[in-house]
Amino acid sequence: MRYVLLSGFIFSTLLFAVGDVAGDVTPQPLNMAAIIMFLLFVGGTLLITYWAAKKTKTAKDFYTAGGGISGFQNGMAIAGDYMSAASFLGISGLVYLKGYDGLIYSIGFLVGWPIILFLIAEPLKNLGKYTFTDVAAYRLQQTPIRILAASGSIATVILYLIAQMVGSGKLIELLFGLQYEAAVILVGVLMILYVTFGGMLATTWVQIIKAFLLLSGATFMAVAVMLHYDFSFNALFQAAVDLKGEAIMSPGGLVSDPVSAISLAVALMFGTAGLPHILMRFFTVGDAKEARKSVFYATGFIGYFYILTFIIGFGAIVMVFTNPEYLDVAKQAAEGGSPILGGSNMAAIHLSHAVGGDLFLGFISAVAFATILAVVSGLTLAGASAISHDLYASVYKKGNARSMAEMRVSKIATVALGIVAIVLGIMFEKQNIAFVVGLAFAIAASANFPILFLSIYWSKLTTRGAVVGGSLGLVTAVILVILGPIVWVEILGYAEPVFPYKYPALFSVTVAFIAIYVVSVTDNSDAAKREQSAFEAQNIRSQTGIGSEGALAH
Amino acid sequence: MTQEMIKAIKADPSYRELVRKRRAFAVRLSVAMLLVYFVFIVTIAFVPSVLGTPLSAGSVTTVGIPVGIFIIVFAFALTGVYVRRANGEFDDLSHQVKENMRRDMTL
Repeated sequence: MRYVLLSGFIFSTLLFAVGDVAGDVTPQPLNMAAIIMFLLFVGGTLLITYWAAKKTKTAKDFYTAGGGISGFQNGMAIAGDYMSAASFLGISGLVYLKGYDGLIYSIGFLVGWPIILFLIAEPLKNLGKYTFTDVAAYRLQQTPIRILAASGSIATVILYLIAQMVGSGKLIELLFGLQYEAAVILVGVLMILYVTFGGMLATTWVQIIKAFLLLSGATFMAVAVMLHYDFSFNALFQAAVDLKGEAIMSPGGLVSDPVSAISLAVALMFGTAGLPHILMRFFTVGDAKEARKSVFYATGFIGYFYILTFIIGFGAIVMVFTNPEYLDVAKQAAEGGSPILGGSNMAAIHLSHAVGGDLFLGFISAVAFATILAVVSGLTLAGASAISHDLYASVYKKGNARSMAEMRVSKIATVALGIVAIVLGIMFEKQNIAFVVGLAFAIAASANFPILFLSIYWSKLTTRGAVVGGSLGLVTAVILVILGPIVWVEILGYAEPVFPYKYPALFSVTVAFIAIYVVSVTDNSDAAKREQSAFEAQNIRSQTGIGSEGALAH
Repeated sequence: MTQEMIKAIKADPSYRELVRKRRAFAVRLSVAMLLVYFVFIVTIAFVPSVLGTPLSAGSVTTVGIPVGIFIIVFAFALTGVYVRRANGEFDDLSHQVKENMRRDMTL
């Protein structure tokens, strides 16, 4: 039971520990510095959106920023997409609370990136146009594959959006003293503006700027902490151990049984490689060379960021934990201990105040807000592309949609998704949503990833195999999450979970791969033979880029 | 792509070399990453005390800290190693394949 509680803790941490922040939050007093800096960010990004809108003329511009983003810029934007407010506040909060366990968790989020580079990035760029579904459907039947992959994309995007919207509402309520509903609507409206008018170009620059601000702010905090200890890690750890005991320096049972540990690892690794908003970023660069460079830079930025959050978490132990200014007196009176205002996920925010005063607190709060905006924009764009490119242009119009019509549909889809996100964000305010990010990763790993991976590398894959296996992976992931400890016990209130593990990925990914294999090899239809014989041509393009978008331009 | 082109490219020694070398390299690096990560995770699951051992007597820093930082740096270094070789050797081979094809097709 202990690991169940602990592992439940981490997914909730991902959502700014909705458990912690849920219920009544005490809004901070109005922070003028934060508001001014946030308005500067919004003003700046809206100017960029205005500029981007003038350059966004075709569907290609809208989905891929015209394919003219450099590897470095894209690496920064990928990092901006991936370093959500949840990972900034959640992981530093986890380190603050549990020490070493926070590092274990962030490593899990990083190790999927090299795998994406070695196995996915280049074929994806060579075979696809706007979405990863282009690759999955390259030699298979368009309609069933597009519908399945688009469903996987849209499900992932909406689950992720719910988590982000609820988290952002709580966070903004806490930081800026704004009403929850107002905060959610504000995030939704700004995101709709960025994406509908500026498309991928504006979204990319919002992410680049945000990544830069977040990395700068986090670097400043980490350096300020280390300065106190003459840049000696041992001195910092010593001070932290003096306060919280030696346990924070070792693994603390975050992943204590092997099945959960491996299942979580599988979810993080393959889930990352199946996130539609991340995969879509590879179409914004000119060629495979730049696509590879993007992953190199992204991995560097993300890895650096996780090292910073580790230092920030320890910094919060020594500088926030003991400071009565950040103590939640009411909660302490009720529950004892030394809880901090707003819950442990506010550790980084309080630390910013401890090292840089009101002004820097304002800066970090504004950065946290900007981070949410950037992440939801990327998500919404990916969801809208699945609707307009995969469902409208490829399935409904059979590939004969005019560019302008397709772009119009994607803008309508963006507005619709924005409204859905706002409505769900408000509906789920008081709900326990600790399962949604886990479910999003499970679906990405069990439906999106197997289809994408096998369509690139396995010549025997057939439409029937992909549809049956992908659907089974998706359904298994959803059912096991519902029967698992979070939904079955914590939400539905049953005593014991039917499925004992929090992370279904190990099982649902296996189901997907086995089903795809068995159904494909037993598929003797004529269509299957055609699809299998089309692999050679696809593989040549995948390997060399011959015939791919813009590859023969030089 | 016509059947002739497919046949020509498949027979092209540069193409074969590209596919063979890149596959071997990508598989080796992926296995290296997976191995390091899964050994780490399995250690945490079965013998977490290993990572909780102090680095030296009297030090609070445990073995787990440099190991964790190492995995982050290792992941980044692997991407660097791959990009370096792919953007050089593999792209040259890929370019060669395209040149050969262009030559064959104009003959």
